[in-house]
Amino acid sequence: MAKSKNRLSQEVNAGSMADIAFLLLIFFLVTTTIASDKGILNILPPKQDPNQPPPEIKLNERNIFNILVNANDQLLVEGEYLDNTDKLADDIKDFILNFGAPDEESISLYNSLPASLRERAKRDPNSSDHPMTGGAVVSIKTNRGTSYDRYLEILDQVKRAYFEIYAERVGLTSDQYRALTGKTPAEKELIDRGKEGIPMAISIAEPDKIGGN
Amino acid sequence: MAKFKKKTKTSENIPTSALPDIIFMLLFFFMVTTVLRENEILVEQKIPQATQLQKLEKKTLISYLYIGKPKNVAMFGTEPRIQANDVLIGTKDIVLWVNQEKDKLSEAERDQITISMKTDRDVKMGPISDVQFELREADARKLLYAAVGKVQN
Repeated sequence: MAKSKNRLSQEVNAGSMADIAFLLLIFFLVTTTIASDKGILNILPPKQDPNQPPPEIKLNERNIFNILVNANDQLLVEGEYLDNTDKLADDIKDFILNFGAPDEESISLYNSLPASLRERAKRDPNSSDHPMTGGAVVSIKTNRGTSYDRYLEILDQVKRAYFEIYAERVGLTSDQYRALTGKTPAEKELIDRGKEGIPMAISIAEPDKIGGN
Repeated sequence: MAKFKKKTKTSENIPTSALPDIIFMLLFFFMVTTVLRENEILVEQKIPQATQLQKLEKKTLISYLYIGKPKNVAMFGTEPRIQANDVLIGTKDIVLWVNQEKDKLSEAERDQITISMKTDRDVKMGPISDVQFELREADARKLLYAAVGKVQN
């Protein structure tokens, strides 16, 4: 009789089921990309009224940190040629926290800074007066032929300088500070305390027209 | 030899019948959480790297602009183009597009609209600044330069 053969195992072998499911799982793992909305935030200036000339802003040359990028992606930072952007964030931090000619308000800001940031205040008369509004501005000027990659790299470094200052003020690392969402009052307080008195003054000039498309 | 055969009658294997269920649960988790792309990208997208990334909280406020060299060079040429939703648009159409996107949001959220610019790294600043100019005209001033994380050394 044929029946006698089947006595040992009557059930269906389900062991390979796991393998099949694994295959499907791996397929989905590989093919799907989880959409991430990460990037560098930038707030554009309000639109200009064509009937009115752009407002004249009187700023001393020493209060502007000039970054120029040409169509060949070459950098000119404060009048000096730079090969790479490694040192840029440090230079910007020194510039922002220079306190060359502080007024009363910025002296109290200076006193509220942690010691590690106070050390950066070189008090160079040829660098920025103070980091508050109207004090230190970082200006990025590109060319129409500059690559977007290069532009983002520089904006990234400028942001890094600011975020590192903010983070150091509240005793966090830069990564932790950027991860703050401001959803809870405690987080919002940390964000505000980091930013207080040092606005992110990044001016992005309209690119000039040579060498682009 | 007969000694070994005796053992096979008793079942000694571990019950693996629950294993597929566990794997299926994982599978369903991944199937549910991943979002499949609803519109096809018509331009090249090599997203540049950056370190100082910030995450946006409210995804409903984000609208995407894709900028890059068209994939179909024979049809659209090699110059960088802008893709909104699933079509390529000209620079002048951006204001109209922004207003359409704003209409999708509720009244209170309209001025909080954020444009995520997914730009190919080979694009030059010229087209980018044109887009930014149009966005200023359309009063959509919150801008996110989409980037992927760079490994810091």
